[in-house]
Amino acid sequence: MQKGKKIIAIGERDGVPGPIIAECLEGAGYEVVFQVTECFV
Amino acid sequence: MSENKEGIKPVRVGIEGVFYSLTHVPDLVRYGSKPLRELRANPVLREQLTKHLRDFAAATAYAPHQVYIGNIAPDKLGELPKPWFVKLIEGANPQGRFGALVNQDQFYASMAGADQFDLVTLEEKWFHERGARYPLGQRQPRLGSAPEVRNLCDKGALPLYSGERLAGAFQAGHEEDANLVADILLENIAAKVTAAHSLRALLDNLSVNAEEIDFVISCSEEAVGDRYNRGGGNLAKAIAENVGCVNASGCDTKAFCAGPMYAMVHGASLIQSGVAKKVAVVAGGSLAKLGMKFESHLKTNMPVLEDVLGSFAVILAPAKPDQVCMRLDSAAFHPVRGGSSPQAMAEYLAEKPLAKLGMKLTDVDRYGVELHNPEITVPSGSGDVPRTNYLTLAALAVMRGQIQKNQMEDFVRRRGMVGYAPTQGHIPSAIVYLGHALDALRSGAIRNALLMAKGSLFLGRMTQLSDGCSFLVDRNEV
Amino acid sequence: MNFENQGVIKRLADQYGSENLTVVLGNSEANGVEVFAETVTEGDPSYAGPLAGVALKIPVYHVLEQEVMNEVPENLRDEKLQLSSLVIDIEPMHQLLQTARDKI
Repeated sequence: MQKGKKIIAIGERDGVPGPIIAECLEGAGYEVVFQVTECFV
Repeated sequence: MSENKEGIKPVRVGIEGVFYSLTHVPDLVRYGSKPLRELRANPVLREQLTKHLRDFAAATAYAPHQVYIGNIAPDKLGELPKPWFVKLIEGANPQGRFGALVNQDQFYASMAGADQFDLVTLEEKWFHERGARYPLGQRQPRLGSAPEVRNLCDKGALPLYSGERLAGAFQAGHEEDANLVADILLENIAAKVTAAHSLRALLDNLSVNAEEIDFVISCSEEAVGDRYNRGGGNLAKAIAENVGCVNASGCDTKAFCAGPMYAMVHGASLIQSGVAKKVAVVAGGSLAKLGMKFESHLKTNMPVLEDVLGSFAVILAPAKPDQVCMRLDSAAFHPVRGGSSPQAMAEYLAEKPLAKLGMKLTDVDRYGVELHNPEITVPSGSGDVPRTNYLTLAALAVMRGQIQKNQMEDFVRRRGMVGYAPTQGHIPSAIVYLGHALDALRSGAIRNALLMAKGSLFLGRMTQLSDGCSFLVDRNEV
Repeated sequence: MNFENQGVIKRLADQYGSENLTVVLGNSEANGVEVFAETVTEGDPSYAGPLAGVALKIPVYHVLEQEVMNEVPENLRDEKLQLSSLVIDIEPMHQLLQTARDKI
């Protein structure tokens, strides 16, 4: 993954939800510009 | 009986019974949220959609539906040849051990019978040929001639088709109020009559009089109200009235797909506290979810499988000896601090409440999770929802040292099941398993079952949080 | 992918430039990963959403891929991703995503 890129986090409720992806990527030093959780059912 | 931790006094509320209706409405698929939008944008889809609708016989003989109404055990479903929509069940009965399939003619008739505001007009010839044979209650249906019905549709009413035939029209409830347009009122009345059907059938099955019910809780997903009270609610009372529960009032419990589980906890609490003696928990079907994944079904040359409205009714009462019960002392929720991770959800809905009862994840004989039929969800890339839920529980058991990583599949097989419910939101979410759970508990095949459901609150844009609710069912002491 | 989210991604690509963005997914199954990956690289494969015929060519990862996991602090990984890594089979997803990234 290239440092400095802005992150778009597309999560899935039963997989890894958006806020979790965002938290982990922010912890890794990235800027998250959008996060969302999709629910398919 | 579950083994009890020393010092734990179980709190049990009796489950008198459950009934599940599956109302087959192929000609209303076009009014589901996704089809409505897609057909407007791309009218050429209308013909394709119509070609992929199945008839009542095919819906009845569809194996997952037979599981839903109680004629086939969930364990058996995994063994049946696929695709289920091709390998139909010979001699399938629309009546089930604890459920039934309802055809569209009866549904149209019951809508007319439940309508107190002249929303529904049925075409008189159609009604006399196809609708009159069904019970309508006290209300006479509003009938019109074919030209009158066509005229209503020309002026903006939703056409109600029966195949090619125009069977009726559904009008708005107000000239200006955006919350009383025909689409919304159709959704709401569909929830009302499908829930009423389930409750009526359950009362019949149990030989309980409607007058004995003193409280009704509805956990349907629709917003019933007007422009000043968009989600005012209490569809429960409308359902109680329709069924003849003259001694009952009611209210609605709303929590997205976890609604039914909360409604059960609320209902059981009314019983336990003595506020009510016989509570009906009900939910009607979700018309908005008809045809949700229809495009993927057309693309893979499948019938449109989301052509049914799912509804249910449960009656709760004080626990009797040896009866299958809700363990009210196991009721669990997902608190705000839980956040969004699937791990936190499994901890709060399974691990912690079980620990309170002195149980491990491996002490649960069966888990009832979100049991969406994978034949519907897999073609659209939505995956196998039950399997993912079961793997999550298994993974937590691994992390706690209760099983090995190589035992995860075994955990899923032994304590889980293949999904069989239509994608009707709140209906597949754990509560759908209660019927089979009651059977298995009564026969002693299992000692307990944990029902757990989740709600995607974030869809309403008021919070990013997910939500959930769970409880254990087991048998009372003799 | 949900049309609303496709629209947001398109707007963000206009705002920041695709070359400055990376998509990180959390799908539970490989089928979903395949569709989502194609959506943000070559365009919506269903040809129905805002990204129909729009090839943004944004690099796409799954949060559980080694490339991403390696960068997440250990305590966050353990607390938030450990269970998901037991549930989700990342290997087939990694193959799909590596292919999608190589094509960019």
